[in-house]
Amino acid sequence: SVPASPKQRKDRIMAGEKKGLVLLDFWVSPFAQRCRIALAEKGLACESLEQELLGDKSDLLLGSNPVHKKVPVLLHDGRAVCESLVILEYIEDAFPGAAPRLLPADPHARAQARFWADYVDKRVYSCGTRLWKLKGEGRAAARAEMLETLRTLDAELGDRAFFGGEAFGFVDVALIPLTSWFYSYEKHGGFSVEEECPGLAEWARRCGERESVAKVLTPPEEVHDFICLLKKHYGVE
Amino acid sequence: SREDTATKHPLTHINSTTHSYQPAVTGFEFKVQNLEAKMSETVKVMSTFGSIYGHRPEVALRLKGIPYELLLEDLPNNKSELLLTHNPVHKLVPVLLHGDKSICESLIIVEYIDEAFEGPRLLPADPYERATARFWAQFIDQKFARPFWMSICMADGDKEEEENFLKEAKKNLLLLEGQLKGNRFFGGNSIGLVDIAASGLARWLGAFEEISGVNLLTDEQFPALCRWAKEYAGDERAKECLPNMDELVAKITAVKKKFLAMAEVQK
Repeated sequence: SVPASPKQRKDRIMAGEKKGLVLLDFWVSPFAQRCRIALAEKGLACESLEQELLGDKSDLLLGSNPVHKKVPVLLHDGRAVCESLVILEYIEDAFPGAAPRLLPADPHARAQARFWADYVDKRVYSCGTRLWKLKGEGRAAARAEMLETLRTLDAELGDRAFFGGEAFGFVDVALIPLTSWFYSYEKHGGFSVEEECPGLAEWARRCGERESVAKVLTPPEEVHDFICLLKKHYGVE
Repeated sequence: SREDTATKHPLTHINSTTHSYQPAVTGFEFKVQNLEAKMSETVKVMSTFGSIYGHRPEVALRLKGIPYELLLEDLPNNKSELLLTHNPVHKLVPVLLHGDKSICESLIIVEYIDEAFEGPRLLPADPYERATARFWAQFIDQKFARPFWMSICMADGDKEEEENFLKEAKKNLLLLEGQLKGNRFFGGNSIGLVDIAASGLARWLGAFEEISGVNLLTDEQFPALCRWAKEYAGDERAKECLPNMDELVAKITAVKKKFLAMAEVQK
């Protein structure tokens, strides 16, 4: 591989020696946004380092996440934590005094929260990607799957204010950044979240009132423009 | 039929034929259960024979010394009412039943067992080490999931596609090899979350290799992993809930025959 340039070496050293929190970030990444929301909720200062993902990835990113080469990566005193839900749990564990707690204390309630965050991880983003990447039968299948997923989440939310119950929590953080992508999914799939799952739509608005969420989420139209950019990049009509 | 099972008491389990690795609930365990019956809640694991994911809650409970009842589903033929009630979202095993609570998804179950019961730690105490353990457990679940097992089952070493699969698999095994760092287990001196997540490689991989004739986990390329596999399969607690190799090979062979027959029909 190409040896690091002086600037790259400096960046790596700076991040490695840096005390405190650094997030390897990408402006539209809903996974990175999970981390930023959690950190903001807890009032934990963190520097965001925007990464180049469509071009050459930085040495710092490749060195911090050699396995997946993806954002987000949280550097804490120079040590890297990868995978957004792992990062959320790390923030909970490493800063036990930082309120609010995103996971409840009860083991069963924690397992429930982890289950639904895992469900969101398995079902929303990859299905959404198929929705805009594929046509015909592929898109129809993705549309059906997406609607089933959203309805399941809507049912799980029920009458509650948040997935965490009365308080904004782990599952809410996991899902809310993906709601910015709903507008584009709706356009590609020909459906309306408001019509299909009004409870979920209301929950998204409720979360959007929180400062942490309002400051971090990408406006849906910008996500849609980004997806159109990706479509050109992948040669999808 | 659903109507038949609906009239049964919800805790009536479907007893399938006995399997060699059903845990012997010893006299000791019964005594403990009776003494603590009022204080403790019953623990049950819903699984099916030869389930890679079903093994995980079993070994976790045994490491903690928690007695449990094993409820075996007759999958993929029948999904019991109990399973559909307790895992309506995924309709899969394993499910952990603890009193009136149910927990789904094998790694989530393992973390629950670690948090709900006393006994040796399954995850480290240090936050960074916990994050590292969770990362590698997730890595294993991403890279050694259904597509991996399907590919190795159907492989006969000939086509280019299989070569690419093997190359990718070896790359991922090498990453795991690197994580052992001279330790007996991924968890260090004792079995932890990552070992439990990797347990598929300790017994099932050998069975699939035997059936397909592919030799993926070689001593030359993966000495640490091979040593680990022996350590894991030799551990007293893991041993008790790992499927017998011959029975496992027989089951996988039967499944493979079924797939090939279906593929023939579709041609």
